[in-house]
Amino acid sequence: MTDQAFSDTLPRAGAGQSRALRIGLRWTLYAVLILFALFYLMPLFVMVTTSLKSLEEIRTGSLVALPRAVTFDAWAKAWSGACTGIQCEGVRPYFWNSVVLAVPAVAISTFIGAVNGYIIAHWQFRGANLFFALLLFGCFIPFQVVLLPMARLLGILGLAGTIQGLIMVHVIYGLGFTTLFFRNYYVTIPQELVRAAKIDGAGFFRIFWSIFLPLSLPIIVVTVIWQFTQIWNDFLFGVSFSQAGSQPITVALNNIVNSTTGVKEYNVDMAAAIIAALPTLLVYIIAGKYFIRGLTAGSVKG
Amino acid sequence: MSDWLGRQIPKILLAPTFLAVLVFVYGFIAWTAWISFTRSRLMPQYEIDGVIQYERLFAAPRWDTAMNNLYVFGTLFIVIAMVLGLALAILLDQHIRAEGALRTIYLYPMALSMIVTGTAWKWILNPGLGIEAMVRGWGFESFSFGWLVDPDKAIYTIVLAAIWQSSGFVMALFLAGLRSVDGEIIKAAQVDGIPTWRIYTAIIIPSMAPIFLSAFIVLAHLAIKSFDLVIALTGGGPGYATDLPATYMYAMAFSRGDLGQAASSAMIMMSVVFAIVVPYLYSELRAKHD
Repeated sequence: MTDQAFSDTLPRAGAGQSRALRIGLRWTLYAVLILFALFYLMPLFVMVTTSLKSLEEIRTGSLVALPRAVTFDAWAKAWSGACTGIQCEGVRPYFWNSVVLAVPAVAISTFIGAVNGYIIAHWQFRGANLFFALLLFGCFIPFQVVLLPMARLLGILGLAGTIQGLIMVHVIYGLGFTTLFFRNYYVTIPQELVRAAKIDGAGFFRIFWSIFLPLSLPIIVVTVIWQFTQIWNDFLFGVSFSQAGSQPITVALNNIVNSTTGVKEYNVDMAAAIIAALPTLLVYIIAGKYFIRGLTAGSVKG
Repeated sequence: MSDWLGRQIPKILLAPTFLAVLVFVYGFIAWTAWISFTRSRLMPQYEIDGVIQYERLFAAPRWDTAMNNLYVFGTLFIVIAMVLGLALAILLDQHIRAEGALRTIYLYPMALSMIVTGTAWKWILNPGLGIEAMVRGWGFESFSFGWLVDPDKAIYTIVLAAIWQSSGFVMALFLAGLRSVDGEIIKAAQVDGIPTWRIYTAIIIPSMAPIFLSAFIVLAHLAIKSFDLVIALTGGGPGYATDLPATYMYAMAFSRGDLGQAASSAMIMMSVVFAIVVPYLYSELRAKHD
């Protein structure tokens, strides 16, 4: 659905209207669209400008004013000096926690999803559909319902409060979506291709390796972006299953913003928030098309 | 490799995921359900003791507030995000120059963490230095905008931030839907001299019913799971005026040490999600079989 999503179909408005009216409507249309663009951009603009102001200027100036004197002090402090409760090391260690967490979790869940999707799409066996349905329902559960037993299990396994534990959690609850993505992509590859390969003597792995994988780049990109965004932006698992030192960046950001010691440094808060947002924002800017495909594939099950 | 083994490979490879789903999704749900029927407090107990936790839950004013908030927040969020998303999609569908750039701007909040969104809006809405101070600075000295710290209004700040975050996504869904409507029908209608607004209300929008359903499901699901945004924007406050079921569950599980309440509130959340999602998934899966 989304491939040709944004190509034109609607012809122009009726020709009967007068020229002046049409031009007037056109201007109104653009004005409304730009107004909404400003609404969406405003928080980002405020975040960036606030992060570049001194506290003094924030107190005396207006929310939407550009900084009179640009300073990067807040950025430096957010990166390596802001306090999350007792520790004052900025977001840097937590940023790396999120990287160390997201990279393996994304890689593992994507790989398993690819194999699962391949099997469900082309190696049908009895119960495969039931399995797929069970998996699909699993995508929709509110995670609150698994929080308590997972906390106990991580404790029993000795993984409580560790990044390894969080990786495991993200892999497990990411499998539903990664499998779904690959399965929906692989069902569009014709069965005849697989049958022909089987007749030629190619086995399970050979077919996956030399027919499916080379065709998979788009869906791998979609899945990796989806998983990365989910895991980087996750807060619920992070705050429930980590402890001081192993927290991901979203948890650290929340701690910085809500830390009650000392003066409230809005510029540092904003700089920290931008740092937390940068990776996913960059992904969106660079690969927006795939990002949108993941979003729509995740919601419009095919 | 023997033939038999070759045929078993797919099953063997799928087995770990199958087990994981069985244990970590369905097994865990069963565990939570079980605990919700016990008197568990700080530690789990396994003796079934009826529906006492649900009685406590429904008697708790805080839970009452949370459910009420979910209702208010969910309704406003879903309705406004859908209306706004559809409106933006239709406006963008009028052969707009720079459509791509506008689309990118409308949709980028979806890439952000709810914690980032909450942090940004908390700063913008804070009465001391945010919008209120800005408008006062323009000379309107009596202007007051204290929703964030007003127990009766704070929930609307969450609605606002949630709409800011998700309406662009709804726009993308609807825009894709508009573009997949059969162009021939529209051309025929235009040849017949039917005005553009009638083409939208009579032909295009009715044909997008499945997209309305998808958007509704996604938004309802987001609303019920809303947790990070509340934590970052209001922390559930003032008091517990902006608690949602998700924050109630978290508070019971991790700060109050009341596993029974945490489990029963989680089960209610899941029931709400399933009441919405199960009929949808069922019809989707059925449709594919027919």
